Amino acid sequence: MSGISGKAAIAGIGATEFSKNSGRSEWQLACESVLAALEDAQIGVEEVDGMALFTMENNPEIAVARALGIPELKFFSRIPHGGGGACAPVQQAALAVSAGIADVVVVYRAFNERSGHRFGAGPPPFAYAYNTDQEYRNWINPYGLLTPAAQEAFLARTYMHRYGATSADFGAVSVLSRKNAANNPKAWFYERPITIEDHQNSRMIADPLRLLDCCQESDGGVALVIVSAERARDLPHPPAIISAAAQGIGPQQISMSSYYRDDIDKMPEVELTANQMWAQSGLTQNDMDAAILYDAFTPMVLLQLEEYGFCGRGEAKDFIADGNLEVDGRLPINTHGGQLGEGYIHGVNGIAEGVRLIRGTSVNQPTKTLNNVLVTGGSPVPHSAIILSADR
Amino acid sequence: MSDPTPRTAVPNLIITEDNKFFFDAAREGRLEIQRCADCGELRHPPGPACPKCRSFNWDTIEASRKATLHSYTVVHHPPDPSLTYPLAVGLVDLPEGTRLVADIEGIEPDELELGMELEVGFGEHAHGEILPRLFRPGGAA
Ligand SMILES: [Zn+2]
Repeated sequence: MSGISGKAAIAGIGATEFSKNSGRSEWQLACESVLAALEDAQIGVEEVDGMALFTMENNPEIAVARALGIPELKFFSRIPHGGGGACAPVQQAALAVSAGIADVVVVYRAFNERSGHRFGAGPPPFAYAYNTDQEYRNWINPYGLLTPAAQEAFLARTYMHRYGATSADFGAVSVLSRKNAANNPKAWFYERPITIEDHQNSRMIADPLRLLDCCQESDGGVALVIVSAERARDLPHPPAIISAAAQGIGPQQISMSSYYRDDIDKMPEVELTANQMWAQSGLTQNDMDAAILYDAFTPMVLLQLEEYGFCGRGEAKDFIADGNLEVDGRLPINTHGGQLGEGYIHGVNGIAEGVRLIRGTSVNQPTKTLNNVLVTGGSPVPHSAIILSADR
Repeated sequence: MSDPTPRTAVPNLIITEDNKFFFDAAREGRLEIQRCADCGELRHPPGPACPKCRSFNWDTIEASRKATLHSYTVVHHPPDPSLTYPLAVGLVDLPEGTRLVADIEGIEPDELELGMELEVGFGEHAHGEILPRLFRPGGAA
């Protein structure tokens, strides 16, 4: 163990409902989720002194602090790359807390992503800014690669071609997520499981990606409270200790379109993040008892299983078919139903589920003891991940 | 509130000193690739420096417009008014050694095969921009 490993913990989680039309402002969703997380942690609102957010977060820290009467913020930082960076605000929080820069850091993500601007509809509003950040769109958007689904399709096809994976192999991830969501009263798809036939009959979005390979679009908010491990031990819930927290950008990486590398179906930024997970924590993939793998699109779950070393290259389809990802399998994943089944809160709802797995309170809690849970951010964009551990 | 007139979601090109050559050449029916003037390495998409030797000196070469299909997708949803659907989009290997993304015209989606030979031509895209488009060999206008 080194660096920040073991020094901070997630002590509180909170969320709004996940819906298709929240009926309230994104600002209110952010405030509600922050209050819920602080209530869960049993920490006073006035004690919050740091916030770490996505750059894509529309509700800035300054607005939430004002709305909630948080008197002072000493630490505030932002992480780019949307869901790819989902776990990185937790890293920021852990860094701040372990360095003594702040004591109570809140992470939140709140949006009306379904009733407001939908990422699946086309480029987001910031895509129209005239700057280097958006220049990469020159090389994809005019040709019709306008959505994340279309932008990921090249990788998915190359992967299928190289390893013999099929659309049904991707569909297995969707079926599993919806099975888990069917048990989760908070999930949008509660009590609505699907079959592989449903997946195969769902309409093509960007071949080979079908509708049921794509996650939902959701309204909602999720917040997390990060404090020192020492403080967390005195709070009501068992702490979810942050054993590792890392980010990664790989060689010749381009947002959603790293098409110019030798192997476009490899994600070196994920491998880079994985290596940091093991180096920081002193653990290996064999020590991971469960995982929340970012599932905006099903193929990325297969690719992540391989990049994190849970199975060999091209073997993810067999690893899944063998039942390893089921709730009582070797590596239960996305027990909340994932973003395919529970809701799309840009991966932050998955971090909350990682905390529940460590606490033993998931609706799909595996029967085995869980010591370590890997939670990952999205791909193929700059990536992030954390390991949450039980305090044993 | 929805806009009553269909409008493309394609952002305007972001043209900079680093990439202007590409779009200027495309308007004249040429496919150009940026080349490091010091070590000779080709690069695409363009950028200000050579990732291999870090030189800021560069020129361009004209590509043969031969291409081999490296990967592809057929986009169905959501449609953009600037394009026709189902829309095949390809990632091609150029014999010069770089890759290129462009939409594919005149080939049925079920005829697409990884490794097939294509040709880079040009066509009008959103906002009236003339940009690369992929065709069967000999099929480019
Ligand atoms: Zn050079």
